[in-house]
Amino acid sequence: MKYADEYRDKEIALGLAKTIRAETHLERPYRFMEFCGGHTHAISRYGLEDMLPNNLRMIHGPGCPVCVLPAGRIDMAIRLAERSEIILCVYGDLMRVPGSQGASLLKAKARGADIRMVYSTIDAIRIAEENPEREVVFFAIGFETTTPPTAVMIRLAEKKRLSNFSVFCNHVLTPPAMQNILESPDIRSIGRVEIDGFVGPAHVSTIIGTAPYEFFAEEFGKPVVISGFEPLDMMQAILMLVRQVNENRHEVENQYSRAVTRDGNLRAKEEVSDIFELRDQFEWRGLGQVPYSGLKLKRAYAKYDAEVRFGMNELRVDDNPACECGAILRGVKKPVDCKLFGTVCTPETPMGSCMVSSEGACAAHWTYGRFRDHQQRRAS
Amino acid sequence: MKAYQRKLDIRNGCVDLSHGSGGRAMAQLISGLFHEAFGNEWLARGNDQSAFDVGAGRMVMTTDGYVVSPLFFPGGNIGSLAVHGTVNDIAMAGAKPLYLSASFIIEEGFRFADLKTIAESMGEAARSAGVHIITGDTKVVERGKADGLFISTAGVGVVPDGFDLSAENARVGDRVLISGTLGDHGVAIMSKRQNLAFETEIVSDSAALNDLVAKMVVAGGRGIRLMRDPTRGGLAATLNEIALQSDVGFHLQEEAIPVKPGVAAACELLGLDPLHVANEGKLVAIVAPEVAGAVLAAMRGHPLGRDAADIGEAVADDHHFVQMATSFGGGRIVDWLSGEQLPRIC
Ligand code: SF4
Repeated sequence: MKYADEYRDKEIALGLAKTIRAETHLERPYRFMEFCGGHTHAISRYGLEDMLPNNLRMIHGPGCPVCVLPAGRIDMAIRLAERSEIILCVYGDLMRVPGSQGASLLKAKARGADIRMVYSTIDAIRIAEENPEREVVFFAIGFETTTPPTAVMIRLAEKKRLSNFSVFCNHVLTPPAMQNILESPDIRSIGRVEIDGFVGPAHVSTIIGTAPYEFFAEEFGKPVVISGFEPLDMMQAILMLVRQVNENRHEVENQYSRAVTRDGNLRAKEEVSDIFELRDQFEWRGLGQVPYSGLKLKRAYAKYDAEVRFGMNELRVDDNPACECGAILRGVKKPVDCKLFGTVCTPETPMGSCMVSSEGACAAHWTYGRFRDHQQRRAS
Repeated sequence: MKAYQRKLDIRNGCVDLSHGSGGRAMAQLISGLFHEAFGNEWLARGNDQSAFDVGAGRMVMTTDGYVVSPLFFPGGNIGSLAVHGTVNDIAMAGAKPLYLSASFIIEEGFRFADLKTIAESMGEAARSAGVHIITGDTKVVERGKADGLFISTAGVGVVPDGFDLSAENARVGDRVLISGTLGDHGVAIMSKRQNLAFETEIVSDSAALNDLVAKMVVAGGRGIRLMRDPTRGGLAATLNEIALQSDVGFHLQEEAIPVKPGVAAACELLGLDPLHVANEGKLVAIVAPEVAGAVLAAMRGHPLGRDAADIGEAVADDHHFVQMATSFGGGRIVDWLSGEQLPRIC
């Protein structure tokens, strides 16, 4: 398709690909993890893998807030939505995420739960205003990027004195998850993949800045390049990582300087820290409990906290034991290494987190890349 | 037929349950609104069915339900869509569409004025496609039991002798042609959905393709293997279906696929892929390589095929993959959509 877009120029892309090939040393592997699902999606959709040398491998990290939401949290939301007084507002891509035993919000809606798909937090506020006799709960989800809008919404509800509005908070933080990939007890059982560098998420960094990643660069000796989501951004970030590796550097570099600064958006950060506080633990699908990786509303805002307001109990559900998500999210295995891939687990019937949203590693490979498996088989 | 005492108050009135009851009010609605809009000799006879002559050749028949929301969108409404969709399904067989039926399920409270606009654009769409709406049905359901208005249309047409377009006809080496830009209808509809209103100039491509098809048939004859209109599910679903049915794969060139910049931008914003977005006035033709040039030229010579393009070819592939060389230089699969196309959040 003819996108007249400066970030998708084929000639520049081919030029970058050539430079990357020229600068990578044949004798060593380059293993880079893109943390964010948006990057995974871009890599698959534009077929970037075909443009990179064979000894450079992109490892798809856990960075999709939909994928990492554990089945238990979905079950909690379904239970909530089944209460007759409640209207649950959710983003469309959560509708198909499987809870336990094949349950999903889409199915709960079909059975009569009042679940409304919204496109922005403002819609949820509007629905609360239009339905004063009902309880409206917004299913809040996302990384650092989507937390400020939730904060703004709570402020707005306060200002409008809405007494029938609350938030089911599932906001999570990226740095603790990145750290978990590099050092967590599970690594002993599933093994560790060597990661030579990270492509850092741009949208997250527009809020939190690049500074939180400096810790990785120093503590783990891993280069981090914050990258935009256009395919050219990615190619350039990969080249920047190759150069750091070649020069034995491990710094935080910013490819996305058109929007990201070291400190990020101070106002947004303040707003978030006013309203939210860290949870001691939060479960990530595929990663398990990750300390200090999730947010909840501060006690002062308890009346807007659906978990408090409706006495929601934490539900825990085990994923299918055959699912290899944990190993895939850490880059130890590839989607095709999972027995369930493409047989019982497909985007229509996702079993694990990586297949849930189009940005998950398994879904991206299934949707855009699986022809390569057959090519490889034929070649070998 | 003129024995009704009062005329419908089209400007201010609305449909109530009596308009579906089979009594006078219903007759009034049908003659005052639908017959007026569709006006033809068959309807004028006022029978519960219509008899018509059948020429030589094989008959083609199709039926389809229309439940679009919103009912009015840039570039058309549910009425014109209901005619175009059914005409196109017939035309894709290489057939000449002749007659349509139309059945209306109307929610109590629906405004006459809107119904009239819709009926008139159905009449207009039928006239310009050269078909007649010769029988119909009207039901009124209680408020809350339908989303305003549902229409279902059926159509018949005739395929010339010796012509047999079918989904299993694609052969390795065949070219894939499309008649114009993709995704216009889906984006036009989405831009008007509640909660999602965004600014765009894009209008639906809803159109009857039978005339375009007739020109293509003259140029390509039996070199045309099959045609499909990529409606819901978009080009991706259509090609995946054909790949399975014809036991081939497809290789597309992303660069060759026409998409309007506004459609590309809206898709980008919503996290959608234009290849999955619905069209209502486009067709895909799989044609033998020898006639591809002639068919393409014929398409481009028609107003509805001005942006027609040759976007790829059928290849041998046991896995029936639809693969695409991206405009960026890589490769990927063009898969079916899983579930409904839902905007993503991140
Ligand atoms: S294929 Fe499915 S079950 Fe296997 S790792 Fe991926 S998401 Fe989990």
